[in-house]
Amino acid sequence: MNTEQLLQRDSFIELNARSRASALLDAGSMRELIGPFDRVTSPWLALQGVVTQSDDGVVVAKGTCDGQPTVVLAIEGAFQGGSLGEVGGAKIAGALELAAQDNRDGVPTRAVILFETGGVRLQEANLGLAAIAEIHSAIVDLRRYQPVIGITAGTVGCFGGMSIAAALCSYLIVTREARLGLNGPAVIEQEAGIAEYDSRDKPFIWSFTGGEQRYRSGLVDAYVEDDAMQIRNMVCELFQRGMPEQNRSDMVQGFLARLIEVDASIQATPELIRTIYQKGFAS
Amino acid sequence: MEKIFYEYPAGSPAKARALTGVVGSGDLEVLLEPHTAGLTTIAVNTSVDGMGQVWAALLTRIFAMSSLPAAKIEINDFGATPGVVRMRIEQAFEELQFASTK
Repeated sequence: MNTEQLLQRDSFIELNARSRASALLDAGSMRELIGPFDRVTSPWLALQGVVTQSDDGVVVAKGTCDGQPTVVLAIEGAFQGGSLGEVGGAKIAGALELAAQDNRDGVPTRAVILFETGGVRLQEANLGLAAIAEIHSAIVDLRRYQPVIGITAGTVGCFGGMSIAAALCSYLIVTREARLGLNGPAVIEQEAGIAEYDSRDKPFIWSFTGGEQRYRSGLVDAYVEDDAMQIRNMVCELFQRGMPEQNRSDMVQGFLARLIEVDASIQATPELIRTIYQKGFAS
Repeated sequence: MEKIFYEYPAGSPAKARALTGVVGSGDLEVLLEPHTAGLTTIAVNTSVDGMGQVWAALLTRIFAMSSLPAAKIEINDFGATPGVVRMRIEQAFEELQFASTK
């Protein structure tokens, strides 16, 4: 991106969850469900001395994208690290379930999920995990009718149980700032040791879990600039492409075949991972 | 976490609702709704304890020295500085003007 482009672009990462949702929907079409003034907030955070947010960090935005009925589920990464608790998780799962029901009733509602999350909200423990499991099954349900598109723009990234939700999506879009992984860097360092994984070494972290590496390794479908218009256009393009021939989560044999090629006795490098994963996962 | 409540005299009821900010580090969320004429109520939930006097001084400066529309305001604060608090409240009233002229 040159200076001219940089000045003209409209950064997606700098937008909050509500503005991100609005940027993806047709102008003037967005209406919010269970919005902030409905005050359906986490009943657990205040009990633990944590300030709640009026929408529990999840925006459910209904509208049209390219004229088609679409629901955007945007997680606010700035609130509690985008963590998913009982309420926020139920909002996402419920909206996806309603979208699937719409399709069964003949309304072709599609869904876009904006993953900006560290995963489950530890203060809500099992309730958050249960909600994430419901999100997983709702994505698998909906993707039988319409593509479910996941976007991780950054800067929080997408980790934990929600990274599994991302992997279940029909298509995934990332930017260079995004990171995608099951465990966050600090957790890997704690378990594997600093010699293997230094969580403070940002270039190292991004070289393994960053958006570009994930794209070059074939683990996501689109790699875009941090530009609202470009991301919106990519969403439209992927919806037009229709359902993938095979969902990534169904390529179990292909993934196992690639993983067997990894020699765990030597320290992996980003280049090595790309070389192995670029052989593909179709099975 | 501390909950503090304030009341200030105000003008006629606010014409719309407005939301600004997020409950993120150094930021706050302001929810503004119409209230009956003449009174503005402000409920502050803040992650920082013991700052009641600072809140009172700041809110008095904003609300006691002007005739803003009557509003029921909820503030969910995550360690915002007084400058950021003031900016978010003013932003909420500004969006109100924008919404009522639409």
